[in-house]
Amino acid sequence: MAADDFGFLDAYAVREIRRALLKALAVPGYQVPYASREMPIARGFGTGGLQLSLSVLLPGDRIKVIDQGADDSVNAVNLRRFIVAACPGVQPVTRTAEATVIQTRHRIPERPLMPGQLMIYQVPYPDPLQIVEPREAERRRMHAEGDYARLWVKLYEDVVRFREVALSNRYPARVHGRYIIDPSPIPRWDLPKLHRSAVPHLFGAGREKKIYAVPPHTAVEPLAFADVPFEVERFRDEQGRRRRCARCQADDTYLDQIPLPGGGSRWQCNDQDACDERLGYPDAR
Amino acid sequence: MGYVAIRGGEGAIAAAVQALEAMRCGAVEPACEPGEPLAIAAVRSQLRLLVDRVIGEGGIYDPVRAAWAIKQAHGDPLEASFILRAWRSQLPRLGETAVHDTRRLRILRRISAAFKDVPGGQVLGPSTDYLQRLFRVELLDESPESFRAAVARLPGAAAEAADFPAVVDALRAEGLLAPVGESEAAVDITREPLVFPIPRPARLAHMARGETGALLAFAYSTMRGYGYLHPTVAELRVGWLPVELPHPLSGELQEAGEALITECQIVATHGTESEPGPPRILLGYGACFGHNETKAIAMAMCDRALMAGEERGARHPAEDSEFVICHIDGIEAMGFCNHYKLPHYVTFASDLENIRASRAKYAEDGDGGG
Repeated sequence: MAADDFGFLDAYAVREIRRALLKALAVPGYQVPYASREMPIARGFGTGGLQLSLSVLLPGDRIKVIDQGADDSVNAVNLRRFIVAACPGVQPVTRTAEATVIQTRHRIPERPLMPGQLMIYQVPYPDPLQIVEPREAERRRMHAEGDYARLWVKLYEDVVRFREVALSNRYPARVHGRYIIDPSPIPRWDLPKLHRSAVPHLFGAGREKKIYAVPPHTAVEPLAFADVPFEVERFRDEQGRRRRCARCQADDTYLDQIPLPGGGSRWQCNDQDACDERLGYPDAR
Repeated sequence: MGYVAIRGGEGAIAAAVQALEAMRCGAVEPACEPGEPLAIAAVRSQLRLLVDRVIGEGGIYDPVRAAWAIKQAHGDPLEASFILRAWRSQLPRLGETAVHDTRRLRILRRISAAFKDVPGGQVLGPSTDYLQRLFRVELLDESPESFRAAVARLPGAAAEAADFPAVVDALRAEGLLAPVGESEAAVDITREPLVFPIPRPARLAHMARGETGALLAFAYSTMRGYGYLHPTVAELRVGWLPVELPHPLSGELQEAGEALITECQIVATHGTESEPGPPRILLGYGACFGHNETKAIAMAMCDRALMAGEERGARHPAEDSEFVICHIDGIEAMGFCNHYKLPHYVTFASDLENIRASRAKYAEDGDGGG
């Protein structure tokens, strides 16, 4: 472990990441390059989010780690175990309301976030322009000049070809009227939660070595055309009715489809804690 | 030691063999105690993933012989695969197997990233995915007792194959997946020449024998924007496939044994641009001998990228069938890379003469050049 015996990272790394974070918050949506460290967790499994968590956590914090909306998914369990072992005095929690720091992969909790909380995202692709331009040097120029024409064209062509923007998650959004961000692979459902949110949203891409942020109370607007508005997932059944969670009956949450043996599917809340909270925590230990 | 093979050559080779053997037996570092000679069985069982890589790239399912090759090759997977494949090329072709349905796999591990749960369930199995990559200090001095005791603690026997329908079947039933096309005849790439354009079965066979790292590099390029793929692992399976061969007299299929394989199906959305009608989910397929998840996933992504390239023209390296297939064979690439160590002084002398002549002409013309 690190010389400080807290947070695994050495003091130099923590300082570098915190400085990158301050810059990211000062220039909303700008991707700040940083010297991402090797973690004892594989690349692609959340090393970017992990480095952010380890850099901002302090003794007394309460951390919630979710993967695809679940606290008990194996990757979330593994990351949480590592964080808790590396950060004495940090308490693991699963209830969104109790957490001070939430590290997530692919979801924003359904429960509205409260001031004092920090959202930390694991990011595979930090750059929304990657879908139109593979070369990073060129993308940096495009961001600097606000040259987002090719991204708009891609959206337009999708609408022409598929009658729908063919981006289901990682939907690009403009932050504070300037930079366009890749909000990490959260579903469209979660994107409106970033708009004028009460908390800072910190994005860490470990493999691609970038940090960016959406500060609290900042405008986040999904890219859309005047005549083709941005839409979130519908979750309609064959009759066109909004599906409900089979467990808590909610009809206003993001749902998981679970194929059943012999055909058919069951639908239930993806956000496990929101579902449990609605049911009054039936399995509370 | 002479490098040039004229008269001193034979002696030099003999000395090289001797030096190589000394290194194999532990002369690597005088201070380091080499321990006992490696038992083939120990390599086979304790370096199982290396063995699996070698049977895949060597192109023959013979784990014991692969272990032998690894020992002989001082642990170099390329060299070991080479030894195995060289041996394999002498073997006669005994016959053709029928199409094997991998739904019959005796499952060791089976996951779907596409759904939270799937019929048959998620079986994590032996996986390093959720391990923290920290050194396990106890391995420095392992007791034989605890080592043997761990074997007995293998959790729950793998379930019956019948419990594991393919995840993509559900998507196909909903009409989201393009229906299965006419199946193309298998191609024996060890007997048929490589001529482009090559059919998909030959491409898959080449990739199944391809080098893990090479496939990974191509697949990774598609993930990073050089080819826009939007992949989800519909299913990854590791397990033992019952291998059936026709009986030499009756022709009836009979189970001849089992082969450990890894199979991956990825689904990509909105991948096609040429097909009219509503968008569909498209498949990519990867499979290889042994337990090698990186290779099976990378292969499935390359398969998808190559099909996209076929449909609408290759726009990126990993979508170009010739570019990918010609450069993923580790044994060919390694051989050619190393051939540059052979003496090349004839061609190099010719290069030098050529460059001198060119420079002389520049000097005559008084046109710079220096």
